[in-house]
Parts: sequence; C-alpha cells; structure tokens
Amino acid sequence: MSDQEFMITMKDVNKWYGDFHVLKDVNLNIKKGEKVVICGPSGSGKSTTIRCLNHLEKFQQGQIHINGTELIDDVKIVRHIRAQVGMVFQHFNLFPHLSVLENLLIAPTWVHKKPRKEAIETAMYYLERVKIADQAHKYPNQLSGGQQQRVAIARCLCINPEIMLFDEPTSALDPEMVSEVLDVMVELADEGITMICVTHEMGFAKKVADRVIFMDAGQVIEENEPHQFFDNPQSDRLKLFLDQILSH
Amino acid sequence: MATYTMKEAKPAPSGSKGIIFWLKTNLFSDVRNSLLSLVGIYLIYVTIPPLLNWMIFDATWSGTQDEVVNSGARWIFIIEKFDQFIYGFYPEHLHWRPNLVAVLCVAFLIALKVLKNNKSKIVLMLLFPFVCFILISGGWFGLETVETEKWGGLMLTILVAAVGIIASFPIGIVLALGRQSDMPILRTLCIGFIEFVRGVPLITILFMASVVLPLFFHDGIEFDKLLRALIGITLFQAAYIAEVVRGGLQAIPKGQYEASEALGLSYWQGMILIILPQALKISIPNLVGSFISLFKDTTLVLIIGLFDILAMVTLTNSDTNWLGYEVEGYVFVTLIYWVCCFTMSQYSKSIERKFNTEH
Repeated sequence: MSDQEFMITMKDVNKWYGDFHVLKDVNLNIKKGEKVVICGPSGSGKSTTIRCLNHLEKFQQGQIHINGTELIDDVKIVRHIRAQVGMVFQHFNLFPHLSVLENLLIAPTWVHKKPRKEAIETAMYYLERVKIADQAHKYPNQLSGGQQQRVAIARCLCINPEIMLFDEPTSALDPEMVSEVLDVMVELADEGITMICVTHEMGFAKKVADRVIFMDAGQVIEENEPHQFFDNPQSDRLKLFLDQILSH
Repeated sequence: MATYTMKEAKPAPSGSKGIIFWLKTNLFSDVRNSLLSLVGIYLIYVTIPPLLNWMIFDATWSGTQDEVVNSGARWIFIIEKFDQFIYGFYPEHLHWRPNLVAVLCVAFLIALKVLKNNKSKIVLMLLFPFVCFILISGGWFGLETVETEKWGGLMLTILVAAVGIIASFPIGIVLALGRQSDMPILRTLCIGFIEFVRGVPLITILFMASVVLPLFFHDGIEFDKLLRALIGITLFQAAYIAEVVRGGLQAIPKGQYEASEALGLSYWQGMILIILPQALKISIPNLVGSFISLFKDTTLVLIIGLFDILAMVTLTNSDTNWLGYEVEGYVFVTLIYWVCCFTMSQYSKSIERKFNTEH
C-alpha cells in the first residue's frame, strides 16, 4: 500500500524530554476513516503520541505524514496541518471568557476566514448535533462537565477536520456524564471521520474501534482488531493490563 | 423497596434579620468584640466631628481675608487661587481648551460604552489622544500655541498620569510577552530592562530623562522638558505593568495555550483573542493599583521643574499676600488626589463586574 492511502503515517518516531526517552520507534499507519483506540498505563506515551500529530509536542527523530503532508517544524506547514486536525482535551480547554457560540466561532472566522454569518450557521448546526444548541449564549463555566466536553467536540467539528484526536475525553468527567459524551463520539464514528482516541473506556473501544493499540513505556506493544485484542491478547504485558482494568 | 419524597425548600428561620440582630452578631457578640467596638466608636467620635467642624461648619467660604472671623478652614484661599491649582500658568483666556478636553473625555468614555461597533471604537481610541493634544497645545487649525512650560496644576497631573498609563500599557504587555518568549536574546533584553527599571527609583529616572537624555542628542536639538519626563514615566510604568501582566499570564492554564494552538490560531491571534483577555481580566486589580500609585507618583515631576497641582500649592503659599494658608492648600490637594484615586478604584470594580463570566 502506498503512503497516499494512509491519512496518518508515523515512521520510527522518537522523542525525548531531556534525557528521558518517551517515544521509542513508534510506527503507525492509519487509513482514511479508520477509528483507532490507544490504551495503556499512564506514562506510556499514548497522549504524547497523538499530541505529536498536531505538533503540540515536537519529536526529534522519525517522520510523520498527515493527509499527504510531511509534518515539519515550520509555521505554515503546522498551520496547514492543524487546520485539518481537531483535538479534544481531557480538561475540555474551552475559552472561559467567551460564550459557547463565540468559542465555536474563533477558529472558523480567524483561521479559516469564513464570513461570520456562515460561521454562526455552521456553529449552530454542530451545537444542534451535540444536543446543546439551547446553551449557545451561556459561558462554559455555567455548563456541566459533560456539556462542556460536547461543546469542545462541536468546536473541533466547526473547522470541518479530516482527523479528530481525543485525548482521554471522559477521564475528567463525573461518571453520570461519561455516556452523553461517548454517545456523541459514537455518532461521529459512524460518519466516517478518521478518529484516534486515547481512552480507558473499553466498552467504547469494542463498539467503534477498527483497531486497538496498546502502548507501554513509549512503545507500541500490541495492536489488533478489538475482538482479538480483548479476547486473545498476545503479550504478557497486555494480559496483565487487561486483567487489571477489567477485574472490577 | 425504599420510598422517598423530595423535600420542599423552607424559608430561613425568623430572628436572623433586623438591626438589633445585626448589632448583636456583628458588634457585641462577646466581651472582646464589644470592647473593640466601643474603642472604635470612641475614635470616630474624637476625630470626625472636629474635622467636619473645621472643614464645613466653622469654615469661611466667602469674603476677603480681613473679614475672617470663624476658626475653621479659610476656603477663600482656594477659591482665589483655584484657577492656578487647576490650570497652572495656562493663559486665562484659553482655559476653555482644557475644559473642552475634560468634557470630551467624559463624552469619550460614554461613547466607548454606547458604541457597539469595534472598528469605530478603535478609530475613536486612536483619534482621541491627538484631538486632546492639539486642543491643549494649540498650533494647529488657528489655535494659539501654548508652550509646555505654561502647563501646570491639576491639568498637568492628569495629563502626565494619563499619558503614563495609556502609553505604558501596550509597552508593558509587549515586555511581559517578551519575557515569556522562547527567543533567548529577546527574553534577556526584556528581563534586563524590567529588572533595571524596577531596581531604580522613579526620581532617578526623571533626573536621567531631564539631564542625561539630552547628552545623547546633538547640540541644538531641543527636546521638550515635559516630553522627556513623559518618556521617563512611561518607561518606568511599563516595567511595572509588565510584571503585573506576567502574573496574569502565569495564571492562565497551559490548556488554554494548547487549545488555541490546536485550533490553528497563530501566536498573536492566540494571545490577542484568548490569552490576554483572560490574563488582563485577572490583572485588573493589580493594574489599577499600579495606575493609582503612578497617579500619585506624577507629583515627582516637580523636581525637574514642572508645576503639577502639589507644586502649584507650594508656589501659591509663597505669595506674600496669602501667607499662612498651607493647611487649606494641602487639605484641598489631598481631597483632589483622594477623589481621583477613589474614582479609579471604583471604575476598576465596575470593569471587573462587567467581565465576570463565572455565573
């Protein structure tokens, strides 16, 4: 398969924080429309991996291609790539001084230079989709965690991204609110957007993932389609990990 | 299966309201509290009535010096010298120009509140200082020129403070951003400037501005004394603003920077749209504190020969026809300073309320 058919390729990516080797020869090929879940213990480099994909983290060795463009440390290239990649954070990171609607308008009007009226229409459409249109004029701090995370997802969708990155999107939520966010993500998955999700929600992984990747100590230890991944783990490390997270 | 009913909210118990209740809980809740309250009331009793008597009830408000019979303040001195306190040596027939500027300032503040369009606001903000400058200094549109030596009094105090505040604000923000920059040379320059200025008293900077700065220019280039003082004060204030803004910037969670980057905003877009609005909002109390101390510090310009309101009072006190009116003069200046500073702090509170998005 040629590189062109992959939405994302990571080739021998290495990264160090000072002397600490966080990513060790990470290789990853993700097709257009594929849904990938990355799991692993904390500190395994899974967040760092997806943060490299939109250049929130720099890597020292290796190559990353996003939708045919090589990701290098160049302002124009980085902006070009970020315009196609949406990211949802663990702590939502909505802008607290702007209303929900203004949060959704920032990128379309300032980065993509869309007329404000058109941007508002798009924003309201996506707020409708995440079932939160009635809160458009509230400020983020007036919403619950689950509502804020749905707004954050809508904010990414407004730039019409090719790829969505989710960095532990439900980890900071009260248990009651996890499902409302996962429901939105499942809906998104059904629409064919390329998705990479770092999460511990194994139910979500089984339901939507085309592939599950297990990372530990900065390496990809194992990857497989969900059934094989959960029912027939190959490595001892993954068996131990699954035992621990599924034991209760 | 356990059953339950939702409980209705009840009103708070009675007896937790009223004056007697308030006195009991707040002033006389126990022996120590009661004692402190009594001491406080006594202190108010011995200070406030005599002060009010002196300032208002026993004061002389009109007439000539010979007619003074009351023991209180002789405000006739202030009334006589009022124009000098406000305008300094500004020619009397041109007093309408500073007055017009004052009226325009009020109109300007109202316009900023009323106008919805951001572009017209910015145009207004850029235009307004020039209009004020032309009105006060003249020399354009047939207006008579008034040299800066003649500017003085409260007019000069406010002018120096306003220029210091307005000009130092953007410079301070840029310095704060520079101090956080990834570029080592830029960062070192900013830190060097900030720490140097903060380590030196304002009075030294004013001396440097008035004595040392001219040495850098060729002979014959006359550099206005007021302008030199303004540059000195602006640079001084900018260093303090930079530190206040840096405090605000450090309080912004890293996630806000990451989110604005991830959305594809450039450095300046992210700063102007996302980070600075939040950082400045947190900094409002400290910024205003720093502006208030600048307002009071402007009085130091008297040491390089500019006559602000305090210098005017000292000057008029040496008028042989009006000897012995120091107390009235300084009380008057105190009141003026207090009114200005109190207004600034109240204005800052109203801005804080306006920007509050917590609930």
